[in-house]
Amino acid sequence: MRYLEEFRDPELAERLLKEIHAVTTRPWALMEVCGGQTHSIIRHGIDQLLPESIELIHGPGCPVCVTPLEIIDKALEIASRPEVIFCSFGDMLRVPGSRADLFQVKSTGGDIRVVYSPLDAVTLAVDNPDRQVVFFGIGFETTAPANAMAVYQARQLGLRNFSLLVSHVLVPPAMAAIMESPACRVQAFLAAGHVCSVMGTDEYPPLAERYRVPIVVTGFEPLDILEGVRQAVVQLEAGRHTVDNAYPRAVLAEGNPAARAMLHAVFEVTDRAWRGIGTIPRSGWRLSPDYREFDAELRFDVGGLRADESTACRSGEVLQGLIKPHECAAFGAECTPRHPLGATMVSSEGACAAYYLYRRLEPARAGAR
Amino acid sequence: MCLAVPGRVVRTFERHGTPMAEVDFGGVSKDVCLAYLPEVAADDYVIVHVGFAIQRLDERRALETLAEFRRFGLLDEELIDPFTAEAGEEAVTP
Ligand code: SF4
Repeated sequence: MRYLEEFRDPELAERLLKEIHAVTTRPWALMEVCGGQTHSIIRHGIDQLLPESIELIHGPGCPVCVTPLEIIDKALEIASRPEVIFCSFGDMLRVPGSRADLFQVKSTGGDIRVVYSPLDAVTLAVDNPDRQVVFFGIGFETTAPANAMAVYQARQLGLRNFSLLVSHVLVPPAMAAIMESPACRVQAFLAAGHVCSVMGTDEYPPLAERYRVPIVVTGFEPLDILEGVRQAVVQLEAGRHTVDNAYPRAVLAEGNPAARAMLHAVFEVTDRAWRGIGTIPRSGWRLSPDYREFDAELRFDVGGLRADESTACRSGEVLQGLIKPHECAAFGAECTPRHPLGATMVSSEGACAAYYLYRRLEPARAGAR
Repeated sequence: MCLAVPGRVVRTFERHGTPMAEVDFGGVSKDVCLAYLPEVAADDYVIVHVGFAIQRLDERRALETLAEFRRFGLLDEELIDPFTAEAGEEAVTP
């Protein structure tokens, strides 16, 4: 596959690494925002190849992981209803709610379908006019255009049996929240490349300026990540804090204008709770007044649920980069991908699952060299 | 679920008035919605996420980035390469 293998070339990786070693003179802490980047970093052992003085802090960029417990509980409640076909991306099924997960609801008779695209859920609604089809619309700005299109199509088709359980989250407000935290150690961001493929880069210069933090738009292949790190370190060493694009083959400054237009028609900004982090102002989307009739939370009365978070799970600290997964006592013991206590152990983009999957049971640097 | 992957457009078509494409991901092909990138044509590379093409992969920019990576370390190699060093000034300029 073109532009995939090339960006995994070990010889070029070697060159980039040399260059990073050459420009680094001091310790720096960089946060990669996106869970896809965390996955790639751990999988390829990139953090262990970097100079000792560069630390990669794993950010909150896994939508599965940050979907709040209350929404999971609402999903479980809706999915249990006999009239409902509940559609979701596969990795939401194992996310623990207060009392169960979607898998358990499925095994006790809930009609839960894993779909590849939200449009598959629209098709299900067309084919099952006597059932209520609900799609679990989670994700960052990358996923939102697909979910927006599903709602748009449902309206075009005049569907009265389709709705969206929305828990969309936005990346730039989360980056701001991380910088505002008194415990914040982040000195530069590797911004989430595919979020920028949709949204473009114009939300980032104000953040870079306000927090005096370099922001480098970064891709997902090993060379992309190394180049993101290199550009961030070059800025840090020079005392600069601007927005750079290290992923120009997939990110234009204006993003994808057609997708942005649809997003602004279908959604509006709202406060959102992030699992393990808390409520971040104006950090998510809900359906706009024009499309509110497709909101599953309004269609099904699911208020008044009380959510109980596991007390052993430290995913909140993991998500904010305050601890590494293996520093949690439950890691690999009570908590594994098969029996996750927290959402960061569920999806392979969650830091806990990435560490578990690639056998990072020891502190990151031990045994690597 | 969050991963988006590049693939090559095999052909484009329309379904219920929506522009679509058959996209090849290294041997596996899937139908992908082109509503957000309607101008894409066969043989273009696109980034696909949950059944939607969200952006084109720009070949020229990809090649430029790779060329830039290839230049890293070149200067060091020339400086330490004994043959280049002995051959004098003419050999240093690439
Ligand atoms: S290892 Fe499990 S319990 Fe510990 S923080 Fe991660 S998800 Fe939570």
